[in-house]
Amino acid sequence: MKSYDIVIIGGGPAGLAAAVSAKESGIDSILILERDKELGGILNQCIHNGFGLHTFKEELTGPEYAQRFITQVEDLKIEYCLHTMVMDISPQKVVTAMNREEGMFEIQAKAVILAMGCRERSRGALNIPGYRPAGIYSAGTAQRLVNMEGLMPGREVVILGSGDIGLIMARRMTFEGAKVKVVAELMPYSGGLKRNIVQCLDDYGIPLKLSHTVVDIKGKKRVEGVTLAEVDEKGRPIPGTEEFYSCDTLLLSVGLIPENELSGDMGVEMSPVTSGPVVNESLETNIEGVFACGNVLHVHDLVDFVSEEAAAAGKNAAAYVKGTRTEEGGREITLDPTDGVRYTVPATVNTARMDDILTVRFRVGGVYKNCYVSAYFDDERVIHKKRQIVAPGEMEEIRLTKEQLAEYPDLKTITVKIEEA
Amino acid sequence: MYDVIIIGAGVAGSASARELSRYKVNACVLEKEEDVCCGTSKANSAIVHAGYDAANGSLMAKLNVRGNEMMEQLSKDLDFPFKRIGSLVVCLNEEDMPGLQALYDRGVANGVKELQILNREQILEMEPNISDNVYAALYAPTAGIVCPFGLNIAMAENACENGVEFRFNTEVQNIRKIDGGWALDTNNGVYETKYVVNAAGVYADKFHNMVSEKKIHITPRRGDYCLLDKKTGKHVSRTIFALPTKFGKGVLVTPTIHGNLLVGPTAIDVDDKEGTNTTRDGLDQVISKAGLTVKNLPMRQVITSFAGLRAHEDGHEFLIGELEDAKGFVDCAGIESPGLTSCPAIGEMVADILAEKMNLEKKEDFISTRKGILDPNTLSKEERAELIKKNPAYGNIICRCEMITEGEIIDAIRRPLGARSLDGVKRRTRAGMGRCQAGFCSPRTMEILARECGVSMSDITKSGGDSRLVVGTNKDTL
Amino acid sequence: MEIRKLTCISCPMGCPITVEMEGAEVISVTGNTCKRGDVYARKEVTHPTRIVTSTVKVTGGAADMVSVKTKEDVPKDKVFDCVRALKGVTVKAPVHIGDVIVPDAAGTGVDIVATKNVEEV
Repeated sequence: MKSYDIVIIGGGPAGLAAAVSAKESGIDSILILERDKELGGILNQCIHNGFGLHTFKEELTGPEYAQRFITQVEDLKIEYCLHTMVMDISPQKVVTAMNREEGMFEIQAKAVILAMGCRERSRGALNIPGYRPAGIYSAGTAQRLVNMEGLMPGREVVILGSGDIGLIMARRMTFEGAKVKVVAELMPYSGGLKRNIVQCLDDYGIPLKLSHTVVDIKGKKRVEGVTLAEVDEKGRPIPGTEEFYSCDTLLLSVGLIPENELSGDMGVEMSPVTSGPVVNESLETNIEGVFACGNVLHVHDLVDFVSEEAAAAGKNAAAYVKGTRTEEGGREITLDPTDGVRYTVPATVNTARMDDILTVRFRVGGVYKNCYVSAYFDDERVIHKKRQIVAPGEMEEIRLTKEQLAEYPDLKTITVKIEEA
Repeated sequence: MYDVIIIGAGVAGSASARELSRYKVNACVLEKEEDVCCGTSKANSAIVHAGYDAANGSLMAKLNVRGNEMMEQLSKDLDFPFKRIGSLVVCLNEEDMPGLQALYDRGVANGVKELQILNREQILEMEPNISDNVYAALYAPTAGIVCPFGLNIAMAENACENGVEFRFNTEVQNIRKIDGGWALDTNNGVYETKYVVNAAGVYADKFHNMVSEKKIHITPRRGDYCLLDKKTGKHVSRTIFALPTKFGKGVLVTPTIHGNLLVGPTAIDVDDKEGTNTTRDGLDQVISKAGLTVKNLPMRQVITSFAGLRAHEDGHEFLIGELEDAKGFVDCAGIESPGLTSCPAIGEMVADILAEKMNLEKKEDFISTRKGILDPNTLSKEERAELIKKNPAYGNIICRCEMITEGEIIDAIRRPLGARSLDGVKRRTRAGMGRCQAGFCSPRTMEILARECGVSMSDITKSGGDSRLVVGTNKDTL
Repeated sequence: MEIRKLTCISCPMGCPITVEMEGAEVISVTGNTCKRGDVYARKEVTHPTRIVTSTVKVTGGAADMVSVKTKEDVPKDKVFDCVRALKGVTVKAPVHIGDVIVPDAAGTGVDIVATKNVEEV
């Protein structure tokens, strides 16, 4: 059996950044396993601009952003396998993978970094009634067809869901000659970035209908139209508000789900909120030496933060392999998300192992204006950050410092919450 | 002129074709869709019923019990998945016991073996997730689950191997009596035949009524279903039915042969014989009724919902036989539940009728077995490695949810009556049937179909006809 | 006097901004809650620009399409002209990031360049 110090599952933005960081932290024996024909993951089909402002201080397209990391991986001579599907990972970190050339093979890893990304929620998961004709695509599938294959999924399009992929696809389809008739969003607010609403919808006069959903799909062989209806505050369609839109295509941008089948099968503890692994300050799961980062851990909106998080995972995995982690004198502190904060990554902090500055990322459950993001160290409010607005579509963060935690030797729980002004 | 034309390539038509192909006969199946298994046969509960439901003495009862008995050997001969997992019909209170007892008695009278009435404790031991309200159950160990696509496709492929012709995209529009038989006008010309088998599912009344004065009437009765993620497949181990009461018929909860959980169906009479659209009301019914017999059903794990149409004949009986006022026209009509279970026996009965009428001789070279698409997951690691070495396409995963390889998809396309559409590939291999519902594999499967069939991506359809998946190329209309 | 209504894209607040204009001159900007909104609104009403991204066909390469972008922002009213300038364009592999695909797209003076490497096969 071949063996590597670190095996990274997935060669998208998370896997690439983790690999680079692990290598730079002194690990030579690294293998990236990627199922697609090239490195870069979903960035390869995200041909729009807006990536990298944070990381590279310039605005790049998805493929350009990916290439920056691919070049580093190549320059650092990090090994990778393409066209390779990981079938199984054992709790003992034996990775079983398969490709055309080598068939099924096993690799013993000292550390594993989970970086499989996420998949799109499908129509089925929403229980949208109607027929099941051709012409219903998740936005990402349509994005692949248009951007990678040059194929038009349809001419007249209705989009359900105002997540960023849906918004971006509204503009893409318009550029390629399709007519996007409307974007419907179940929630009373959009899950996408303001910039995308303005530059992908408003620029082209595409209406955005908030608090609306698809209640029927017409067409036995190919979509002929969809019926939209307004929904009440519980998301239930309001009778009498139905409106028919003729179209040949329905695109769905209704959420992303971390792709954790491998993690679940190997016994990684999962968070029901994020659908990703529960991790500690090292981004390490309940299985020692198994780390997670990027969209497999929790769905991000900016790739820059994926890269940042993945770099931390890579560095931590390297420290684990080298045995240089501080194992003594640490205390375990639990992070408790509450009052509008849905989750935190990480879920626990070990005060010895943490970096000098630890970024805690989280999402909120609703739109809050003129509020505070607060962190209570047990009963004492230590962080109290004024925010003009926080929304479910934008990931939030607070930073904890080692120095600060040292001042609270008896600290058990840090509660993270939203406080109204 | 053909000896026999069978209208419809669903389970009834395909079973008839397969059984008929044991004889020296010139037979053809006409199917209006692009593939076998496109109507009632593809969207149902996929249950092999034990046989206690149908009225004692009915043809339905007889063929149900016989079909159930035949299924196991057939699944081995034709290599499709079938499992005898047993079923429970549960009732919620003591008042319903007479109803349960009546079902037991009917089952015994119908010849169903090993029936047992269980009390709550006995049920709990078998099914820990049974609802707190459940009082007792009728247990039928002989009930099972089957892959309806696998069954239908296997029978059709085997019939084809044995010389039966299949014509797809061929819709019978009119049937005329001619000298020595029948002329069938279709969108692809006229077909002449001595005998007609009417296995047209929800359309069987239409064809029957073209040739007979004794009219029949078939109502498309829609059933809405929800299919749940494989993570939930072990929530129950047997098919759980609710005993029908004065408050109505419940829905069933069952594992599927591929390890998902299936919940449904509704029973909603519709006018449209193609009306396979789910409705909000229908899906809400499924969701609300599901919890009645099984508790903690993870309905948030639904990966897809669908609806099928049962071909409900007014008399709720299988109508199988030559028509008195239309000699040479053999009905195979009213095939609703337990039609899937009964189909092997239906095929046998139809073939017997035709063999007797035409004095058919058995073939010596009948091929009784068929090999299905190889599922690499059933191989050992060594065997799998060997397979990939011989054919690297088996090392290339296309559908990552169901772990389906390019090798399996190519096999599905190349074999007799091979897949020509995305749905055709899906029914044969399960590619696209998993939790992402083909989001990831659609473009990849389309590429393989285009390459194998020598057509362009824009010619690939979801399910034949006008169901094209892409409509052009970038900027072509700018 | 002309009134222009905008949604600010500088942050998730999405302030509704009203701009009063006299011909090409901005008279007032209201509705914004921070300085960034003012800057955004003034640019958006006087000379709005966008980056255009799309794809063109590649022959003889490891992929069928290569992604492209305008190297810099182009005036907003030229966006569709830039897209149309790409209709029917096919390039031969190899193509590398930054290679000019269409020079001076639609008379904007801005080149359209490749944003992905597609190697020859």
